Amino acid sequence: MTRNLHLWLIPLLPLAGAAINGLLGKRFSRTVVATVANVFCGAAFVMSVWVAAKFSSLPTLPYVETVASWLRSGNFSIDYSFSLDQLSLVMLLVVSGVGFLIHIYSIGYMWEEGGYYRFFSYLNLFMFFMLTLVLASNYLLMFVGWEGVGLASYLLIGFFFLRDSAAAAGKKAFIVNRIGDCGFLIALFLIIQRFGTLDFERVFDAVKPYAAETSGVGFLTAIAILLMVGAAGKSAQIPLYVWLPDAMEGPTPVSALIHAATMVTAGVYMVARSHVIFERAPSALMVVAIIGALTAFFAATIGIAQTDIKKVLAYSTISQLGYMFLACGVAAFSAGIFHLMTHAFFKGLLFLAAGSVIHAVGGEQDMRKMGGLRKEIPVTFWTMTIATFAIAGIPPLAGFFSKDEILWRAYQASWAYWLVGLATAFITSFYMFRLWFMTFFGEYRGAAGASHGHEEHAGHGTHPGRDESLARTGAPPPHSQHAHGHGGIHESPWVMLGPLVVLAVLSFVGGWIGIPGSLGGGNHFDKFLGPVFRATTPAVNAEHAQAGESAPPEQTTEGTEPQTEHSTEIMFTGISVAAGLLGLFLAWLLYHRRPELPGRIAASAHALYIAVANKYWIDEVYAAIFVKPLIGISGFVFWRGIDQGVIDATLDGSADGARELSDNLRHMQSGNVRSYAGWVAIGATAVIAYMVWVGTR
Amino acid sequence: MLPLSYYLVLSAVLFACGVTGFLIKRNIITIFMSIELMLNGVNLSFVAFAAKWHQLSGHVFVFFVMVVAAAEAAVGLAIIIALFRTRETLNIDQVNLLKL
Repeated sequence: MTRNLHLWLIPLLPLAGAAINGLLGKRFSRTVVATVANVFCGAAFVMSVWVAAKFSSLPTLPYVETVASWLRSGNFSIDYSFSLDQLSLVMLLVVSGVGFLIHIYSIGYMWEEGGYYRFFSYLNLFMFFMLTLVLASNYLLMFVGWEGVGLASYLLIGFFFLRDSAAAAGKKAFIVNRIGDCGFLIALFLIIQRFGTLDFERVFDAVKPYAAETSGVGFLTAIAILLMVGAAGKSAQIPLYVWLPDAMEGPTPVSALIHAATMVTAGVYMVARSHVIFERAPSALMVVAIIGALTAFFAATIGIAQTDIKKVLAYSTISQLGYMFLACGVAAFSAGIFHLMTHAFFKGLLFLAAGSVIHAVGGEQDMRKMGGLRKEIPVTFWTMTIATFAIAGIPPLAGFFSKDEILWRAYQASWAYWLVGLATAFITSFYMFRLWFMTFFGEYRGAAGASHGHEEHAGHGTHPGRDESLARTGAPPPHSQHAHGHGGIHESPWVMLGPLVVLAVLSFVGGWIGIPGSLGGGNHFDKFLGPVFRATTPAVNAEHAQAGESAPPEQTTEGTEPQTEHSTEIMFTGISVAAGLLGLFLAWLLYHRRPELPGRIAASAHALYIAVANKYWIDEVYAAIFVKPLIGISGFVFWRGIDQGVIDATLDGSADGARELSDNLRHMQSGNVRSYAGWVAIGATAVIAYMVWVGTR
Repeated sequence: MLPLSYYLVLSAVLFACGVTGFLIKRNIITIFMSIELMLNGVNLSFVAFAAKWHQLSGHVFVFFVMVVAAAEAAVGLAIIIALFRTRETLNIDQVNLLKL
């Protein structure tokens, strides 16, 4: 190793910040707490940039750095080791960059809240685990980060732990994630059992000789599907997505950082990281693609009828994560990671801007009580506009390129994927512009800014979102995260707006590094990640991989494609842009131009509307099928039966027996000397009798 | 010379008298005397065996037992006096504070 990058420092810096704030922060002033947290997080970001600058001069990739030995058992060993390749570099920059911006934003957003040091300590702790996750060079260290971000997520969702709903949401997230982690763990056991190692490079080297399991289901498929279960838990895919909407109970910067930009994309990262295994298990890939496509579409439809601004964004996040899985499922891993990156920018921005809106209207989260805010909070409005156009896939913003790339690659796999993706793109555009119109246009429908939405049923005249009152059952009551009472609608301070502007710029230009060849770009992103994903494609694609090295951009995995393919691609690009614009038009028509229409539509399709507004009753179904029986079984079998009946009974019984025995024995100690003498005589007699018996035998 | 068994039977009878007295008597002086009786029963068997086998160690042992018994008598009587001063009784059944 000629050069030492000290990768271990990157995760350790935020951990130091978390320790300082967590242990001593109670005595610090808010300024000191914020400074400590941001300095350590910023240092991690600066270091990541430094590593990125050194990246091109690294002699071999992946660059592995072993800090210490961790576990040793026979031939099996695991080290604390970090590795860096193109994939983890992208993740590293996204996580530390977006994380740092959100840290800055939090200074302003959380200023009025109690537990300021606790918040920043958790936030830094999250950064530590997330950076460990992306830098780990073996599955076990990755799993440590994986569980750690789950812990940080739990702590931050339940940050306002005095509110029952927040505590319950934290528990829900944790428990649902456990189900996924169980799959992940079993996958790890299978890998150990089969290959005797968890080191990425060695596992993948061991997997490479295997041919793709095209017929039947082999152990690679089993491993891949179990890994997918883990990813589905962490990345909120069907059927384990239910925790993410509830996770919006956390403070908004947390939603932006953990539940939009970074943690929930860990599943996508893990699947992309394990692509060697997935590529050899086509049926598992198909599962990934189908789950991704279904989730994308399903979550998007729920997003249409949500009225809580954060819930819309939550379902939108689930939907976009579905896109990423769809990309991974059609073996377009670099497209998935590309979308992950752009999504981190625009969804992080959307959440932060939503937080700024919530801040502006004094803690109100219900979009029906917003409206006409574009004049009052212009910076938030413009940044959110960029993010909305980006997620809707309007060129030339970031979301357009990544989404288009995924749709095109999905089409190459199957037209059904493409159709679902296109429908999702249209719905996404529709509900995002619905949010945009309801929040920033029309008349302000909220009460005077000072009152924090406590008067739910104060009639606000005939406001456009009238129909949404049907959705009230599905939406949580507006809660006041913001107890601070400065009245009136006001723009956020610059410490919050700064990150918004930076992210807006990134959401604008972030896609330009991956402009596909058909639009005259170089698709540099795809080429940059190429060595990670292409060097290891299964034997069946070997000649394509060869061709890919020198082929024109974009078509690298598919081999060189003729020019006609480009015109087809442009046509598909046109269709997806049209879908986005159609969504914009429809939202404009329904929520700006003719605000009475949604009510009538909802009334005519009443049953459907109710189903969507109630999120298809998935939570209720899960409660009936899984939660209630589980609580029942736990109550009767495990608690009363096993815990009380067996474990407690054994302990209590032996304790009672011992007490009874000693109760009887203590009567020997009567204090009467003659009875003692009697016991001595009996004992002596017994000993003598025994000796006589032994002697005469 | 008398057979050994005569001495041993006498020794056993003395010892049994001592044990019985120790167990059934309530007066602590009597109990004390019973102990002496047991010791002397044992002494008798020691000297009987010593005479039978012409071994000196039996006699030596008896002297040891006598010395210890004398010391024990001195200490024991002192305890009895102290006991009588505090409790004003020699009935052993009334001296039963040392219990659970």
